[in-house]
Amino acid sequence: MKDSEVAIAALGVSKVFNAGGQHPVFALDNVSLTINQNEFFTLLGPSGCGKTTLLRLIAGFEFPTEGQILLYGEDIALLPAYKRPVNTVFQNYALFPHMTVAQNIAFGLEMLGQPKTQIEARVAEMLKLVRMEELANRRTSQISGGQQQRVALARALAPKPKVLLLDEPLSALDYKLRKDMQIELKRLQLETGITFIFVTHDQEEALTMSDRIAVMSKGKVLQVGSPHDIYDRPAERFVANFIGETNLLEGTLGKIKGQQAQVKLKLGPTITATLPDQFASTSNVTVVVRPEHARLTTDKKAALLSGILENIVFFGTDTHFHVKLADGSPFILRQQNATGAVQALKVGQSVGIAIAEDAARVLRD
Amino acid sequence: MSRAAEIAEKFRKADIKNRWLLSSPALLIIFFAALGPLFVVLLYSFMVKGDYGDVKYWQFSSDGWFSVLFERDIFDNTLSFASANATIFWRSIRLAGITAISTLILGFPTAYFIATRPENRRDIWIFLITIPFWTNILIRTFAMQEVVRNEGIINSALIGLHIINQPIQIMFTDWAILFGMIYVYLPLMVLPIYASMEKLDFRLVEAGYDLYATRFSVLRRIIFPLVKPGVVAGSILVFIPALGAYVIPRVLGGGKNMMLGNLIELQFGQARNWPAGSALSMALMVIVTVALLFYVRNASKSGAGHGH
Repeated sequence: MKDSEVAIAALGVSKVFNAGGQHPVFALDNVSLTINQNEFFTLLGPSGCGKTTLLRLIAGFEFPTEGQILLYGEDIALLPAYKRPVNTVFQNYALFPHMTVAQNIAFGLEMLGQPKTQIEARVAEMLKLVRMEELANRRTSQISGGQQQRVALARALAPKPKVLLLDEPLSALDYKLRKDMQIELKRLQLETGITFIFVTHDQEEALTMSDRIAVMSKGKVLQVGSPHDIYDRPAERFVANFIGETNLLEGTLGKIKGQQAQVKLKLGPTITATLPDQFASTSNVTVVVRPEHARLTTDKKAALLSGILENIVFFGTDTHFHVKLADGSPFILRQQNATGAVQALKVGQSVGIAIAEDAARVLRD
Repeated sequence: MSRAAEIAEKFRKADIKNRWLLSSPALLIIFFAALGPLFVVLLYSFMVKGDYGDVKYWQFSSDGWFSVLFERDIFDNTLSFASANATIFWRSIRLAGITAISTLILGFPTAYFIATRPENRRDIWIFLITIPFWTNILIRTFAMQEVVRNEGIINSALIGLHIINQPIQIMFTDWAILFGMIYVYLPLMVLPIYASMEKLDFRLVEAGYDLYATRFSVLRRIIFPLVKPGVVAGSILVFIPALGAYVIPRVLGGGKNMMLGNLIELQFGQARNWPAGSALSMALMVIVTVALLFYVRNASKSGAGHGH
């Protein structure tokens, strides 16, 4: 990737709240990230992981205790918010209640001192983009949550920001509307060609929308990668646990051949697992297997592990099987429901677990 | 009529009856404590003045109202416009107006300061703001006298710092009245503005900064319109009592700088002209009401419809 295509670069950014006080809070700990132009980039993590702080540093509502934030190569870390060509869609939209929909969208353009006719044209264009033409003169208190969301987007996109920041914008919407808005957001990003930085704690949302995801925890970025990378090749225990359901198996490292390693599981059998990048070799390792990469079998030869079937949970599209392994630890499997496939399995029965080839990964920690 | 409509009609009637019943205590209080006395004052203003104060009951005359506008020369009995009354009216309106504006200028940043403190510390600031209320207004006004008189704190400090050689005459001027009124009425401005400012969602301020608004633009375009109800309430709360202020002009303005309150008191006291006093009171009330109607209408025109 060329250097000129980097939209935002965070270099060694730390943020300590109440530094020097009695209870300093380390919100961000030496975070470095690059976000490319035109990218839909997601900061994913549980609440308190520092993702919103990072977003606020980029927006200019907070200033880093240490480090640089570059916007197309220019350090903006100490620039006040109103001087940054960056706009934000707030978690609860923060629409101005004393203005109409159109006035809200026009606000940023007015503040930039654009001529009136140009503002009117741009507002009309934005109303069309978010399909809100008919409600232009409504008060923001007179429109629904989904519509407020669209207005917030239009308001933030109107000044043509170089980067659009979205702070959990979908969390206040109900499930159906959220799904629609996810598609809408993706459409807007493709149509406008603006770099989106999206903050969420919802891993499903992150996986469906993002070009790349940064998983954060306790003020650190643990892993950056495409949704596939993050899901299929989690490098750390936290990432594996946070994104989707996982099964963790303890073992000792055996022979290594390229990226593949033989791991002797504590439960007995040996499994071939892929090593992560930058793997610091240790003897005790954890192997992760996704529930959908394992299947139940009665064939003793195919079964790598065995246990007692404890629970069967029907989810509509698929079914989860909870198995208790020999050492008492749980193992979850997910199987898609096919028409007419009647599972003859019963709770309490002993079952074998087969793991797909190339499904097991060694974690970095 | 359908059954549902019948039920609805029955409940509607019961509901109306209930509402009257429930609001009757409030209505009684409004009638006996507000409208009733006001009506008595109105009645008195149209009666003949008694010889030793009070009025001669049921003898009607327009002398009271007449003396609001005109004065009769005691020597040659000629009529002239009551310019002394007009001066006092004008001084009162001007001083009350300047007081309202000054308390707004001082109170707005104060309220903003308190509203932006951490939640657990705001109560302490509000407490400090309300402490003066615990002391009688007369005592507070005398304390103010101690500040502004020729040997008072301001003058002795300025002389001590060699900024002036002679004490500045503040006491017994309109300035003294103004200082006194700003001091006494400031909390009445701060509290309602704080009440609206506390409800202000400061994320809107961030949204303003995010959309390229400078500090001043955020104040003018976002904060001010949103706390306007508080500003309106505060201005009314300061302007009205300031207009009828009695103790402060009496103590700090001496005898010569009268305000309406003093004039009215004079009519009821020394002048023993209750109808004139009543007429002046009513005139004051009419002015206040008209001014308020204009003010509230103008204020709500630009700030209407916000809130959820």
